Amino acid sequence: MAAAWLTPASAQTPASPPPASAPVAAQPNAAPPAGFAQNPNSPDAATATPGQEPVAAALPTVAPTPGIGEPDGRMTLQDQVTPIGEEAAGFHDNILLPLCAIISIIVLALLLWAMVRYRRGANPVPSRNSHNTAIEVIWTLVPVLILVGIAIPSIRLLRHTYSPPPADLTVKVTGHQWYWSYEYPDNGVTFDSYMLKEANDPTRQKNQRARTDADGPPLLAVDERVVIPQGKVVKFIVTADDVIHSFAVPAFWIKQDANPGQLHEAWVKVDRPGVYFGQCSELCGARHGFMPIAVEVVPPAQFAQWVASKGGHLPGAKPASGAIPATQTGGGVSAPAPAVAGTTAATPAAPPANPNAATGATK
Amino acid sequence: MSTTADALHLTGHEAHATEHHEDHKPSFFVRWFMSTNHKDIGTLYLIFAILAGTIGGAISGIMRWELMEPGIQVLNHAWPIGAGTANFDEWTHHWNVLITAHALIMIFFTVMPAMMGGFGNWFVPLMIGAPDMAFPRMNNISFWLLVPSFCLLLGSTIVPGGTGLGAGTGWTLYAPLSTSGSSGPAVDMVIFSMHLAGASSILGAINFITTIFNMRAPGMTLHKMPLFVWSVLVTAFLLLLSLPVLAGAITMLLTDRNFGTAFFDASGGGNVVLYQHLFWFFGHPEVYIMILPGFGMVSQVVATFSRKPVFGYLGMAYAMVAIGVIGFVVWAHHMFTTGMSVDEKMYFTAATMIIAVPTGVKIFSWIATMWGGSITFETPMLFAIGFIFLFTVGGVTGVVLANGGVDTYMQDTYYVVAHFHYVLSLGAIFSIFAGFYYWFPKMSGRLYNELLGKIHFFLMFIGVNVIFFPMHFLGLDGMPRRIPDYTPAFAHWNYVSSVGYMITAVGVAVFFVNLFWSLAAGKKAPGNPWGEGATTLEWTLSSPPPFHQFSTLPRID
Repeated sequence: MAAAWLTPASAQTPASPPPASAPVAAQPNAAPPAGFAQNPNSPDAATATPGQEPVAAALPTVAPTPGIGEPDGRMTLQDQVTPIGEEAAGFHDNILLPLCAIISIIVLALLLWAMVRYRRGANPVPSRNSHNTAIEVIWTLVPVLILVGIAIPSIRLLRHTYSPPPADLTVKVTGHQWYWSYEYPDNGVTFDSYMLKEANDPTRQKNQRARTDADGPPLLAVDERVVIPQGKVVKFIVTADDVIHSFAVPAFWIKQDANPGQLHEAWVKVDRPGVYFGQCSELCGARHGFMPIAVEVVPPAQFAQWVASKGGHLPGAKPASGAIPATQTGGGVSAPAPAVAGTTAATPAAPPANPNAATGATK
Repeated sequence: MSTTADALHLTGHEAHATEHHEDHKPSFFVRWFMSTNHKDIGTLYLIFAILAGTIGGAISGIMRWELMEPGIQVLNHAWPIGAGTANFDEWTHHWNVLITAHALIMIFFTVMPAMMGGFGNWFVPLMIGAPDMAFPRMNNISFWLLVPSFCLLLGSTIVPGGTGLGAGTGWTLYAPLSTSGSSGPAVDMVIFSMHLAGASSILGAINFITTIFNMRAPGMTLHKMPLFVWSVLVTAFLLLLSLPVLAGAITMLLTDRNFGTAFFDASGGGNVVLYQHLFWFFGHPEVYIMILPGFGMVSQVVATFSRKPVFGYLGMAYAMVAIGVIGFVVWAHHMFTTGMSVDEKMYFTAATMIIAVPTGVKIFSWIATMWGGSITFETPMLFAIGFIFLFTVGGVTGVVLANGGVDTYMQDTYYVVAHFHYVLSLGAIFSIFAGFYYWFPKMSGRLYNELLGKIHFFLMFIGVNVIFFPMHFLGLDGMPRRIPDYTPAFAHWNYVSSVGYMITAVGVAVFFVNLFWSLAAGKKAPGNPWGEGATTLEWTLSSPPPFHQFSTLPRID
């Protein structure tokens, strides 16, 4: 149980059904999963490879930290972990928010003063004063100056947002009704990511793993997180294949609509390992509220392990044929990949060309 | 130009031709169903807006009930809107139908009919010293187009709309969710509903512009018009210029849905973002359409109860003109996350912030109007003061959202929901209540109950703040809009918000008690119940005014 949630790879193996119950749920591995066809979170993977769980457990992982990368009922912005997020949050917290408070309080104070000082009891005879050019010019120009003061850091923030450093890794994100799929075009990794339902949720199908606290908060946890390396510039290419969705991770300060027929990009550079949650942020139909996003940031070495465990390869190293890639470098991600034979059995969606997938299937 | 119409008019009303008594009223059916009287049509609009607002408000009650705690606990029960054996997708589809219906009802069938149709019809002719609107029959059809429009919208909720009954696209009707994403006739019915409501508003706008430009009493120059008339004039231009764009956009949706076109379908060479540009080219002026008449009403109310003329009249009038003009060139700030270019974002950031300047001029001018006044705090004045403060709060969060780089985080979160409810639910609705209490004696001939009015104000002021202020926190913490269920971290502030709804609902109940009690048993109102501060022309007439007023035009010095 404990081992099962440890890694993103093993996140595909059911945590909740104990091994004893696994055979009951076992399905012929050769049969394509129906219904949740794209969902790798099916029991076949686990039951087909019960002996390999310990191998999967050998991969280290990152657990979500309460209060970071997920909402916690606070009254302020989520903690930011990207350079743009820090700049933008600083702009909001240090300039915009105080300004909002000051202007609102000034208006409130003026109103209250006028209400008290110029109530009929205190001022029975109204003045007929209805013009004062000087003050009208002042209250036109002062807001202009304030707005110019806001516009300068605002435009700078936009410039920085749109000046990404060269990307170390590209992840293509596709929104579907109602799940996300992720593709690492340079690494040969592709998978779908579904929300994990609660154990007592009547709409959860038997072959769906239930959420555990280690996966993340309810309605935010997913069966398979998108994993990116720590400290690297990651470019998300965002699109959709049915209606408009929106790929958003508040802690990264990114939100990019996923428009069918268009490719748009958002970039992040995250220095803190951890798990960061987001939700689809454009109304996309019935289960709009139930297609969360979970990004796991891991050290580069661990990222390489993860890529290998998914049957992928790192750029610069060709996907080995019939052999497990040993060491791969390139694209700024440099790490030794351990032998993780067997863990890929949990990825039935892996390309058939991948020897590991083939191995898994034959078991 | 007028010969045919006049001839018809005379034939149709031959019996009345000799009747010169200005208070002669036609029979009930003719008076209310074939009305050509601006006051009666205004009353019809107000009744319609109150009915629609009650439905829209009840829908938000269902929404707050569902959101009061995590989980799906309301939508999973058989529901009048989309009732049936529901599966999970049908429950959540109900949610999308509710948010869609709430927005469309509140915008097109509550705020707009109340402000333009109701108060505009009632008081624009009275304030400029005109006997009626320029086109009385067109005025009538403007109202009666709204009725089938509303029926189409309500009817859409009981026909298939994809994953469940009703249109679950959001009021923005974004393609492709509203095209390939929603099978069934529900979305088509909503589109037709918008067509009819749009036609109604365009006809109304033509009527207002014509009336204000041509039927002012002698001496009533544009620069002497009350600010409410100015606000209706600017609003009418916004309607006239923006609604045709909406009509075009939703017609393209209709042909995409039914006739195989691909305006918004990438696989046919279309562009999904094009729809959003067209929609928001209408949609942003629309938000000023919903607030500008409120500005006008608040100006009248503040001046009346401060017993002073409006401070900086010309600045106030031209601030509204400026807001109207700039309102047409800022639309894409609703689309900051669609993948716009950096130059677009910079432009729309800067342009949007400029709107804060004329808005600030208005806020400061209202305060300056109170300054030096001799203020009394009748219910309309309380609502107007509440409006000024709450609109300021909604305005400053608007400046936050105007920053394209910051909006990345806020877009489609509850922060946006909080912002636009502060300017609409607390801004537009407060100004409508201010106007309603202000003019209730004039319209009904009876005084409302001041104590009940004040209770209504305080309950509602507290209630709406408890609803909407915590939504800022939810948005900052990352809660997306338009979701029926949420992770438990959001539970606390959602609970508070739902409690606020209950307080508000009690306040609205007090309003209805006051309304019916005053209509039935309120004291008879004098022509001018507000004293020396009420200087506009409607207060020179009896309460209620005669059926036909100003048969001799007033002369303004």
